[in-house]
Amino acid sequence: MFLTYLRRELRRRRKASLVVASGLALGIALVIVVNAVSSGMGRAQAQVLESLYGLGTDMTVTKAPEPPAEGEDGSSRPRFRFDARGGEDGEDGGSGDDAQRSSDRVMVQGFQTLKSATVTQVAKADGVAAAVGGLSLNVVKVDGEFTPGQFQQREGGGGRPGGTAGGEVQGGGADFSIDSFSVYGTDVTRPALGPLTSSEIIDGRGFETSETSAKVAVVDSAYAKEQKLATGDKVTVSGTAFTVVGLATATSGDAAADVYLPLARAQALADAKGKITTVYVQADDAQQLDTVKSAVLEAVPDATVTTSEDLADTVSGSLSTASGLAVTVGRWLSVVVLAAAFLVAGLLTSSAVARRVREFGTLKALGWRSRRVTGQVVGEAVVTGLLGGALGIAIGLAGAWAITAFGPSLTAQLGGSAGSGAGGAGGPGGGMGGMGGGPGGGMRQAASRSLDVALTAPVNLSMIALAVGLAVAGGLVAGAFGGWRASRLRPADALSRVA
Amino acid sequence: MYELTGVTRRYTRGKGVVDALAGVDLTIADGDRLVIQGPTGGGKSTLLQMLGGLDRPTAGSVVLDGVDLAKLSEARLTRIRSEKIGFVFQGFNLIPTLTAQENVETALVPLGVKRKERRDRAAEALASVGLGERLGHVPGELSGGQQQRVAIARALVKQPRVLLADEPTGNLDESTRDEIMAVLETQWKEHGLTFVMVTHDSHLARQAPRVVTLRKGSVAT
Ligand SMILES: Nc1ncnc2c1ncn2[C@@H]1O[C@H](COP(=O)(O)OP(=O)(O)O)[C@@H](O)[C@H]1O
Ligand SMILES: [Mg+2]
Repeated sequence: MFLTYLRRELRRRRKASLVVASGLALGIALVIVVNAVSSGMGRAQAQVLESLYGLGTDMTVTKAPEPPAEGEDGSSRPRFRFDARGGEDGEDGGSGDDAQRSSDRVMVQGFQTLKSATVTQVAKADGVAAAVGGLSLNVVKVDGEFTPGQFQQREGGGGRPGGTAGGEVQGGGADFSIDSFSVYGTDVTRPALGPLTSSEIIDGRGFETSETSAKVAVVDSAYAKEQKLATGDKVTVSGTAFTVVGLATATSGDAAADVYLPLARAQALADAKGKITTVYVQADDAQQLDTVKSAVLEAVPDATVTTSEDLADTVSGSLSTASGLAVTVGRWLSVVVLAAAFLVAGLLTSSAVARRVREFGTLKALGWRSRRVTGQVVGEAVVTGLLGGALGIAIGLAGAWAITAFGPSLTAQLGGSAGSGAGGAGGPGGGMGGMGGGPGGGMRQAASRSLDVALTAPVNLSMIALAVGLAVAGGLVAGAFGGWRASRLRPADALSRVA
Repeated sequence: MYELTGVTRRYTRGKGVVDALAGVDLTIADGDRLVIQGPTGGGKSTLLQMLGGLDRPTAGSVVLDGVDLAKLSEARLTRIRSEKIGFVFQGFNLIPTLTAQENVETALVPLGVKRKERRDRAAEALASVGLGERLGHVPGELSGGQQQRVAIARALVKQPRVLLADEPTGNLDESTRDEIMAVLETQWKEHGLTFVMVTHDSHLARQAPRVVTLRKGSVAT
């Protein structure tokens, strides 16, 4: 009788039931989509972090930044000198005004280094499972013929971080190309940690643990394509030729560098023996990052320790904007919609009971206990809620699917604050000053990377469970409104004149 | 067997106070057929509510088979209603979404009768009021007279001791009224019920063996 009666009543008032169910459905769908998007944001962020640091890195240790003193700029910034006799580092060093010049400048990314020994110090800290050091470099290659003329900066390298940026000198018979690429010196003895772990070898092989000072290189596939490099070719960095043993491609996001070299080789190129830029740290327990961070800071007091959580906070650009928006606006919106849906459900259920005073009074007059009548009302409301839940889950899944299918790609800006300083210094400029603009821009991109990540909206079982819970809760709230009213009806209301 | 002594029911509405019943004394023997008549607002429906345990008096006692309904808990009163008392209302009071058979079954639900037996007994009760062919019809598909027959079947399916009817023919035309009265009379005779009917139809009152007139909450003699 309970089910028959319930079914008939729902069918009779299907419009009102539909309103209640749709309201709940909307709220529940929103909850699912918001949660899915926010978990997708989390995934995107993890992807960004992973592409930057490699798998399994929980924190990095870098040199604490020192504000550059005035005038120091010139010593650390790249400078290219071409005298009449040829390029400073020129390989061919031709003569004459219109001679071919070429110059490679190798710079440590961010100009800050740590001693290699830091790795051992960090590794000894409490809670550190593994630590590995690496050296990030930027190489700026200037190639061309020079006759005094005007330099024109090219808008370049926007797409690929750490990629090419530069300009051309035109007029006056000058024809320069400036190419900037990034090099990462990796500790080949520790292949399990560090940026290279987020790349996959798609051709050839990776480094072997014995290749600590071998003249071998792994090249990122995108850079290889651009430079028409293949496995077995030679890539020359600052006068040293390296054999390309393999091509790597980033499994997510962008590659950490264009060219990977054994650490010792990279150190030699940059004249940075025994120096590294970053220590990549894996913690014993990824949940205890704060404790491990303190332990590491104790071991290496003058370093900056950045946990993946810290880094996530510095992610800016459309990713963090969207992330913030999804979390705050979305959460609020779903709370508001749900609250409104609950209220509407409650009021409609309550008013439905008001219209059924005589019906429920009659049932009580027939000897139905108040609990049974109330149960009938609550049952109707809960089933309506569940219908809303089912509808909401369907809409939510469709929404999440649509976001994943057609979803926009997000741009993440990493470490924006540190990078913009460097970029600003080398930014716009005319004439020879613009020369610095090229590599400056390149460095900014290297220090503050911008990655494109596709937004996904993964739905998991706990979200579905939450949706079902909300549906039941909505039904119970509505049922409470109506049930309370029904419980207060008297059997004498059977004689009430309310039709 | 009903014994009512000094039954008073006072309604307070804001400052206004209405004694719908003002000290009614009344005895109704088992198997009696009693008609309550009187002007509108005289307290007829209120008295029927007292008899049926739908409401409690403000003062006085309503003793049914030795039990004072005025002193019972809501739960026990509900139990008595479900077992002993059948109601027929002026407006039929059927559940609009349930079929005739299901409507009759609702009276057996509080008694915990199993589904199969419920269905059989409901069908039987409907057949006895001449609606054996209409089991699956919802109230909207039935005429007023047919709806009231369903209501009578619902009141009697549990085989109560008492049948209370509040103007059962008030919404019906004359020929239907006579049909319904015939049904009620047959049922009363067959089941040996105590049958109390409220009406202000003097034609019906004249046919009754015993008539009580209520005026301003008091029995007029
Ligand atoms: N629930 C109620 N609240 C207030 N007054 C009521 C209520 N029910 C009945 N009354 C009043 O009690 C008096 C008797 O009503 P009722 O028993 O319905 O009379 P009858 O059935 O004889 O027409 C009337 O004056 C009516 O207004
Ligand atoms: Mg009345």
